[in-house]
Amino acid sequence: MNGNTTIAGTVARLLTPAERQHWKLAWLSTVDHKRIGVLYMLTGLVFFVFGGIEALLIRLQLMVPNNTLLGPDTYNWIFTMHGTTMIFLVAMPVLFGIMNYILPLQIGARDMAFPRLNALGVWLVPFGGILLHFSFLAGGAPAVGWFAYTPLSETPYSSQLGVDYWAISLLVLGIGSVSAGINFIVTVLTQRAPGMTLRRLPLFTWMVFMNAFLIILALPILNAGLVMLLIDRLMGGRFFLPFAGGSAIMWQHIFWAFGHPEVYIVAIPAFAILSEVIPVFSRKAIFGHEFVAASTVVIVILSLLVWAHHMFTVGLGHAIDLFFVAASVLIAVPTGVKLFNWSATMVGGRVRFATPMLFCVGALLQFLIGGLTGISHAVAPLDWQTKNSYYLVAHFHNVFVGLIVFAILGAIYYWFPKMSGRMMSERIGKWTFWLMTIGFNLTFMIQHVLGLAGMPRRTFTYPDLPGWTWMNMVSTIGAFFMAAASILFVWDLVSSLFRGKPAGDNPWNAWTLEWATTSPPPHENFDALPPIRSRRPLWDYMNPDRPDPVVPVGGALDTFRPEKNKVGVITFIISELGFFGTLILAYLFYNATPKSGPGAQRLDVLKTTIFSVCLFASSFTIWRSEVGLHANQRGKMKAWLVVTIVLGAIFIVGQGMEYWTLFQSGVSVGLDLFATTFFTLTGFHGLHVCFGLLALLIVLGVAFSRAFKNGDLPALGAVGYYWHFVDVVWVFVFSIVYLWPLIR
Amino acid sequence: MFWLSLQAVATIGFVVNAQLPGDALFIADVVRVFNPQSPQARAIFDLTIVVIVVMAVIFAVVIGIVTYAWVRFPRWREGERDPEQGQGNKTIEIVWTAIPLGIVAVLFVLAARTMGISDPPPPAKPDIVIIGHQWWWEARYTNSGAVVANEIHIPVGKPVALRLDAVDVLHEFWVPELARKITTVPGHPNHIWIQADKPATYLGVCTEFCGTQHAWMHFLLVAEPQEEFQKWEQTQLLPARAPVKDDAQKGLALFEQMTCVNCHTIKGTIASATFGPDLTHFASRKQLGAGVVPNTPENLRRWLHDPQQVKVGAKMPNFKFTDEQVSQLADYIETLK
Repeated sequence: MNGNTTIAGTVARLLTPAERQHWKLAWLSTVDHKRIGVLYMLTGLVFFVFGGIEALLIRLQLMVPNNTLLGPDTYNWIFTMHGTTMIFLVAMPVLFGIMNYILPLQIGARDMAFPRLNALGVWLVPFGGILLHFSFLAGGAPAVGWFAYTPLSETPYSSQLGVDYWAISLLVLGIGSVSAGINFIVTVLTQRAPGMTLRRLPLFTWMVFMNAFLIILALPILNAGLVMLLIDRLMGGRFFLPFAGGSAIMWQHIFWAFGHPEVYIVAIPAFAILSEVIPVFSRKAIFGHEFVAASTVVIVILSLLVWAHHMFTVGLGHAIDLFFVAASVLIAVPTGVKLFNWSATMVGGRVRFATPMLFCVGALLQFLIGGLTGISHAVAPLDWQTKNSYYLVAHFHNVFVGLIVFAILGAIYYWFPKMSGRMMSERIGKWTFWLMTIGFNLTFMIQHVLGLAGMPRRTFTYPDLPGWTWMNMVSTIGAFFMAAASILFVWDLVSSLFRGKPAGDNPWNAWTLEWATTSPPPHENFDALPPIRSRRPLWDYMNPDRPDPVVPVGGALDTFRPEKNKVGVITFIISELGFFGTLILAYLFYNATPKSGPGAQRLDVLKTTIFSVCLFASSFTIWRSEVGLHANQRGKMKAWLVVTIVLGAIFIVGQGMEYWTLFQSGVSVGLDLFATTFFTLTGFHGLHVCFGLLALLIVLGVAFSRAFKNGDLPALGAVGYYWHFVDVVWVFVFSIVYLWPLIR
Repeated sequence: MFWLSLQAVATIGFVVNAQLPGDALFIADVVRVFNPQSPQARAIFDLTIVVIVVMAVIFAVVIGIVTYAWVRFPRWREGERDPEQGQGNKTIEIVWTAIPLGIVAVLFVLAARTMGISDPPPPAKPDIVIIGHQWWWEARYTNSGAVVANEIHIPVGKPVALRLDAVDVLHEFWVPELARKITTVPGHPNHIWIQADKPATYLGVCTEFCGTQHAWMHFLLVAEPQEEFQKWEQTQLLPARAPVKDDAQKGLALFEQMTCVNCHTIKGTIASATFGPDLTHFASRKQLGAGVVPNTPENLRRWLHDPQQVKVGAKMPNFKFTDEQVSQLADYIETLK
């Protein structure tokens, strides 16, 4: 480790000799998970500056009653952008960055399973972010809040382009997140070092692995909602317009079916960080590893079943409310298990309050408060009072800032030495921690009282009512402490990069594999790995006299290591469940009662049946093609592949003809609810068939190319899975859209 | 236990109240959710106390464990051998899973009970229909037919059934002392019961973000004795009296000539549109523009000169009235007691 503190020295440390000439390209074109991780985090940091300035503007406007610093529209833009930015462009990218950097290292892998997909994911973040912010130049940012409730976000009430940019940008970011989720799952399943069974995964990796499932299940629901909103706004659709037959509440169901899991998508990585840092700085294995791991699974499952606790005031009826009360209070149990286990880990340990530990214990205690105030939103009658007031604002900032930002800061202080080869400053770190803690609590504790005092959220100003003025003033003062802490943190980050103390391989004497390589790690991470027999390989290595009990290899699932292309496609198909599931449920909901008007009577069931048979038959032909490949009968394989493509093309042409006939008779997207739902559902299925055809054509091209002569063609199997999936979706769509009307 | 904790919170509230300067009472005047004034709100408040106790206990347990770890065991020192590792304890895990499970089961039962008390099923016909508009509130009294805006009167001590509608986007109706909050959803009518034990004027707000002027969508809920309420309701039913003074007569003529009648109703004149607030008894209200300013003659003139100066984004445009026209219109509107 050299002690060179010049820029040249620092660059030398972060680049291989071959890359020094082209260091900009080396970073821009990288597919290395570590650099991609850093790029994610840097993007998040840039948008944190935006979101932070927006937060300060909000607090400045609310500092005194009847303030005129910002007009109502400007204020509404700013709080919408603050929420959207902080969640989608700060919390998600920074956490994805940390996960991207650490996860492959912790399982002893060389890289992620799909490095180029990983690069796509990271570059979609600035793309989405720029799209979102471009709205400022295109007539005004969105002013609808980060959950864009309909019908306010529909054209009649938000006619400017802001909401369109918002929706398209979130769609871009959503697709990027799903790709990252798929990559995490496939990486854990296929890239683990020998000996790293699933049960030996460190808690951080385990939680990220579980979280990836939540990502691929939840984000596509948002994507479906966004395309429905865009169809309403851009093509005259009727999904969420109550006065055109649509439903205002449907959007809330879709949004929160994504939105509540989203809270856990950013909270579980924070839990993961706490589960990693607290044991290391207590010098003791985590208390109840299995229980912390299992509670994560329970949280992932429950988090998909609690969305309507965001809708207790909408009037869904007591029966539905009570179901969601039950699910929501239940989630407190596994969350409590985590808090108790982290606390118990410290008991009997030798606690070391270095900066990472300070932030993580801080996160534990702030989240304790945020979790407890969550009870008053899970228990419906209390939510009827506290919802949409500043009490709610205080509650979720306790989770988003108190837990997640504190955990992120802890994680960066913890892993920065690994990423840069240098330590961050303990002195500045402690200043940052205390400024942040004081600032955070000044800003948000008082907001609980403000909410109980009746102050609604999202108001650009307020009258001088008893108590409101001084409480808002306190809150604003606190925000500036947080700003000071943030500036101090960024300063520490930059100065440590150049002047920090050399870190060495394992500065914290930690126990997971990322500390078994150099800081920063070489291009493919490891020269050699220690034997892996437990969850803490480096503990075993450093304490040969008292190693952890060997975690036995348990069954086939424990050593499960499938082919990565196939598992990649299967994971992608799982992610499509949320998307098509949402569209199908929406279709059923909107067509539950037969509507008057042309509707389903216009459909030519017989013709469509013929085209559908072609599509179903193509599932058989692609299977024959695979059989040909495995039997090494290349000719057969190619022939069946061509037949598959022809059958798929016939289906698409048939669907095109059907659309044309409908358009001719005046049935278009905006005609009525049936038309809106029909074109959306069948159109997105058709789009998937087109993507499938494209993939099949590429496979066909490869099959005829010289490269194939000697090799295998694993892509055929992967595309085959996708093709079967598209057919299965059509079984559902065909039954619901075409057959259902015949029998009712 | 429950009543003990209720007592404890009341005592704390009393102490805090006593320490505030002036005649402001912290619990009653500031922390309005803790000052329930109806059986519905009180039911929620009772459950709140239980939840606060639960929160306090769990908070104390976790803080206790962390403090114990911190106080009881020595700090880490450089180069020292790591302590005994331990791998957890199944019994403890079961205990701290089972006890919270019990607690949430109790919370669930209490929640169900409280929902029944604070939000009973609606009657066949509501007493008042509340309609959310961008950015004001309309109230239609179903028995008498009275229509008012932004100032809703109810008789004291009597449960009043509300139906809540919206004509544009989502809004949310909230009077912390009196009842749960409830969203007004276009195409999806909601119902709540509201009641006030004592005569008083309560501030209500819109709590669901509804666009530019969401901040100024306040209303006053006036609870008064039955006789006064009836007197008020009868007054609201009367048509506007024809103006006597010359200026006011000119104002009425102006009102009927200009586009005012496209949006507003004044009973007894040709104006009968319902897009904007009913102005028949405008001058009897305390606030103007859903709470943005007090309803004074000067503020009315400012509003007529340019509503956008008083409430940016309000649906009423600037009609560029001359000073004379403003004065005539204001003179007329001030007669609408």
